[in-house]
Amino acid sequence: MSTVKIEETPVQDRPILEIKDLAITFTTGAGEFKAVKNAHLSIMPGETVAIVGESGSGKSTTALAAIGLLPGNGRVTGGQILLDGEDIAHASEKRMIELRGSHIGMVPQDPMSNLNPVWKIGYQVRETLKANGRPDGPDDVARVLAEAGLPDARRRARQYPHEFSGGMRQRALIAIGLSCAPKLLIADEPTSALDVTVQRRILDHLDKMTTELGTSVLLITHDLGLAAERADKVVVMYQGNVVEAGPSLDLLRDPQHPYTRRLVESAPSLASRRIQSAKEQGIEAGDLLAPAATGRGRDDVLQVRNLRKVYKLRQGLGQSTDFAAVDDVSFSVKRGTTTAIVGESGSGKSTVAKMVLQLESPTEGQIIFDGVDTAGLKGKELFTFRRRVQPIFQDPYGSLDPMYNIYRTIEEPLRIHKIGDAASREKKVRELLDQVALPQGTMQRYPNELSGGQRQRVAIARALALDPEVIICDEAVSALDVLVQAQVLNLLTELQSELGLTYLFITHDLAVVRQIADHVCVMEKGKLVETGTTDDVFDAPQQDYTRALLNAIPGASLLLPPAVA
Amino acid sequence: MSNTKHFVAPVEDTPLRATDSLRTDQAPLSLWADAWRKLRRRPMFIISSLMILFLLFVAFFPGVFTGVDPNNNCQLSNSEAGPTAGHPFGFTLQGCDVYARVIHGTQASLSVGVLSVLCVLVIGVTLGALAGYYGGWLDAVLARLGDIFFALPLVLGALVITQLPLFRENKSVWTVVFVISMLAWPQMARITRGAVIEVRNADFVTAARSLGVSRFGALVRHVLPNALAPVIVLATLELGVFIVAEATLSFLGIGLPTSVMSWGNDISAANASIRTNPSILLYPAGALSITVLSFIMLGDAVRDALDPKSRQR
Amino acid sequence: MIRYIIRRLLQVIPVFLGTTLLVYYMVFALPGDPIAALFGDRQPPQSVIDALRNQYNLDQPFWVQYGLFLKNLFTFNLGVDFTQQPIAATLARIFPVTAMLAIEALIIQAVFGVLFGVFAGLRKGKLFDSTVLVASLVVIAVPTFVLGFVFQLVFGVQLGWAKPTVGASANWGNLILPAVVLGLVSFAYVLRLTRTSVIENMNADYVRTATAKGLSRPRVVLAHILRNSMIPVVTYLGANLGGLMGGAIVTEGIFNVPGVGNKLYQAVQRGEGPTVVAIVSVLVLVFVVANLLVDLLYAWLDPRIRYE
Repeated sequence: MSTVKIEETPVQDRPILEIKDLAITFTTGAGEFKAVKNAHLSIMPGETVAIVGESGSGKSTTALAAIGLLPGNGRVTGGQILLDGEDIAHASEKRMIELRGSHIGMVPQDPMSNLNPVWKIGYQVRETLKANGRPDGPDDVARVLAEAGLPDARRRARQYPHEFSGGMRQRALIAIGLSCAPKLLIADEPTSALDVTVQRRILDHLDKMTTELGTSVLLITHDLGLAAERADKVVVMYQGNVVEAGPSLDLLRDPQHPYTRRLVESAPSLASRRIQSAKEQGIEAGDLLAPAATGRGRDDVLQVRNLRKVYKLRQGLGQSTDFAAVDDVSFSVKRGTTTAIVGESGSGKSTVAKMVLQLESPTEGQIIFDGVDTAGLKGKELFTFRRRVQPIFQDPYGSLDPMYNIYRTIEEPLRIHKIGDAASREKKVRELLDQVALPQGTMQRYPNELSGGQRQRVAIARALALDPEVIICDEAVSALDVLVQAQVLNLLTELQSELGLTYLFITHDLAVVRQIADHVCVMEKGKLVETGTTDDVFDAPQQDYTRALLNAIPGASLLLPPAVA
Repeated sequence: MSNTKHFVAPVEDTPLRATDSLRTDQAPLSLWADAWRKLRRRPMFIISSLMILFLLFVAFFPGVFTGVDPNNNCQLSNSEAGPTAGHPFGFTLQGCDVYARVIHGTQASLSVGVLSVLCVLVIGVTLGALAGYYGGWLDAVLARLGDIFFALPLVLGALVITQLPLFRENKSVWTVVFVISMLAWPQMARITRGAVIEVRNADFVTAARSLGVSRFGALVRHVLPNALAPVIVLATLELGVFIVAEATLSFLGIGLPTSVMSWGNDISAANASIRTNPSILLYPAGALSITVLSFIMLGDAVRDALDPKSRQR
Repeated sequence: MIRYIIRRLLQVIPVFLGTTLLVYYMVFALPGDPIAALFGDRQPPQSVIDALRNQYNLDQPFWVQYGLFLKNLFTFNLGVDFTQQPIAATLARIFPVTAMLAIEALIIQAVFGVLFGVFAGLRKGKLFDSTVLVASLVVIAVPTFVLGFVFQLVFGVQLGWAKPTVGASANWGNLILPAVVLGLVSFAYVLRLTRTSVIENMNADYVRTATAKGLSRPRVVLAHILRNSMIPVVTYLGANLGGLMGGAIVTEGIFNVPGVGNKLYQAVQRGEGPTVVAIVSVLVLVFVVANLLVDLLYAWLDPRIRYE
């Protein structure tokens, strides 16, 4: 019956890709693992459909199955993948090779690892054209690259991937993916490794190209805001199942499934206000004016004056040029508040953090902590300083020593600073675990047994062990899934109101700034371009660069959050 | 049309889990415990470690396996004689019992191997770790020094060193150990240096420094333990390599003195009988090969178990 | 690329100076009369002693000695051996034989090692792979000199497939047996390294992308997996040249190949110190230059190296 129906459908109305009841199983050393249990979606010609989900939701696996690139231990165990009416779920490798490139293209996630480092860019474009029977002369290669927005394409084609920036590599990969005008393009987190402003330009360009070519796009992303902004339809996946699917705005405004609701509530790009701790929410507005309890906003705990850091760049034999990573930066941080330093890669924001932490010394300028210039700190004074200022780093997989169990990790600062005896230290570790909402059973575990979010909690507990006054968070939530990120941000907010902590929050993500910061410093190429309260900067940005950053937040302009609307 | 429909799956199909809950169904597992668990299940590890334990036993208690004096009981009348009762492997050209010599030769091979590896570990790990961790001029000097020794291939270097009167007159296990360690430490230093460089910029090291751990303290507490895996693998493999090196040097006549019983010396001496009675050569050669194979298998198994890529997540 | 070559050349000079200095210092500057020490218990003719004193300028200060030694080395003025034959002339005669042997061994280990390694890697976990893996461990475990005797006995004496000793008639064909012995251990290492490297590259992102572009499987394997897997293999082959030289001493000794290794072996057996030092210095020079060539090959294979 259904076959008859398909024949009656005019070609234009038939989906270019239709996935029905797809199930995918991986065979691992530990047994069988169902990565995808029930996935279904359909993409009409020219349409863009986004799959949204957290890591492990099965979104990438579904997309890889559609181009026949499941890893060796994975296989389709149920359902159909219909490409233009043809079931390719179990198609032969020969058939898949025919389809890849010319019918289905792919733009992968990480531009750094997806180009072969030993071949010139032009060669990697040319072999694609050649394999799919297209003209592959130098002019064709240059044209393909130029269409993807690479300036000076002819010269660029003769360069190697390592001579390209991340954004340029991603353009080259887009050029390769679209070089043979496929009907369907699978874009797996195509810009998540790039700076926000670059991200926006590349997505705009991708939109333009696929619209011109009439290519359908299957976009895989963890960012609901980005999905809603770029796609006609959004499919939400959770634990291997599609839990909700529908037109982007419908889904965003009226999420039905509890998981989707959770996602919409937590999506940082859609948030419009600072997270408030439960305590603050309970207090009447007028009471907030009494800061006495926490000492909030009483004084500048940290002052940075005309900070400058110059690195010598080696230029071959004995020559070097000066490079100012941080150039004349001044700001101050009020006690008990959160100040965010925001900027893209190369803006110098992390160098500022390192200097504040006394891990690098400034070339010029002063860092004044609690009224004392930190430049002269040595030996015992520096040791005391370290008790009062603590860091939390970005990479949850790198910030805990894999050889130390969680107890030793959190206890180490106490032991180093000779605080208490064994019994009192253990008591303190238990308290700290409670504070970051980890069960006490975590103590005996090792970092590799914890998820990214749990590791960040451990890192927070370790930072809190010495009762510090200031915590420097260097991209502390950037590597986490959206929901986990929201949880950690909430935790940080609660701790701040409880303990009167001061945060210096280094991030590239303005959406996160909105959720957590009271003050913002925007940095670009080593210089401070704008500072102000979060509300002022977001509502009335003074600089073009700040405006560009704000515009680049995906989905920001889409809709007001449900609470306000 | 179907593609504009708003689809919602029944909640029962995919119940919500608490975000980021801790898995508590497994026993806590340290890196070493994890590696040990993996090793225990590998037949190659079991076989090789049993063989090594056996070899160690032979080396320490050769008397348990043979009552024949391997040196002073030689009678030229037995020259190249075949196996007889109590002498299962036959006799050498000098009329010594091959079996007894093979058993007693174990000690020399193992002690040269183990002592050389220990020396190489001490020199290589210390220099490699300091160079990798502190960088700068120390690194440059050590790298060049390593290059210089590296440009002197083991056998060639050993030939020169053993020509020195000091060595020619005092051949012993210790001189062989000295020669091997002196020429082989650069590789260990390189591996350690590379591993230390990989770890030294990890966030957990920076975090420890911000906690107030001293620079050297961070090296000892955090960097070195995390850089040990490739060092252990190389050390296990080099045990085999050094045993071969000792045998080769002895074979060339520049290793152990002929008074020390070793497989290399015996193989060298059996050279003369190769056409008439090859088994005199094959028994010590077999013992040597099996010993080396045990250590190389062990190294291979350890490498697999310590490979960070095979770890979960 | 030019800058890379210059930088590598500049790095080679101190290494070469350091290594020869080390060798020279050990032999000539340690306490005692070096000439007497070089001969041990033997009493060479006075004419040889005089020639040696002259050759090594032992009446000069150490640094002058060393400088003249270097100058002699570069002008191939290597002195005379025990029988008053000029060492340079002997070397010129026997070096081609060793070069032949080394090239054959290098080809055996590179070609077969890569071939087996690639097939094992592509069939990871299959029967071929596990068989080859175990076999390679056994090959690694058997020392070269044991292997030499066994092959000589089995293929040379018992089966009669090849001449058990090469003697004066060294040519490509006669050298095959010793070349196999010499190359076999490294063959096993090359095989294992290629296999690991292939497996690693098979899972690389750019290989998946290459497949996604619509390339055929042979093309993906050749242009992307194999090409990239060669980088560590070439590095190993370069670093292993020293091992090949050491192996040549043993192999040439066993098969009586009239090459440099054999000469060195005989010199050691006879306790001819000066000959040993002269030949080793030349070999160090060869080794350093060969490594430089391998580095250039490496830079050609991996464009990222040139760029730094």
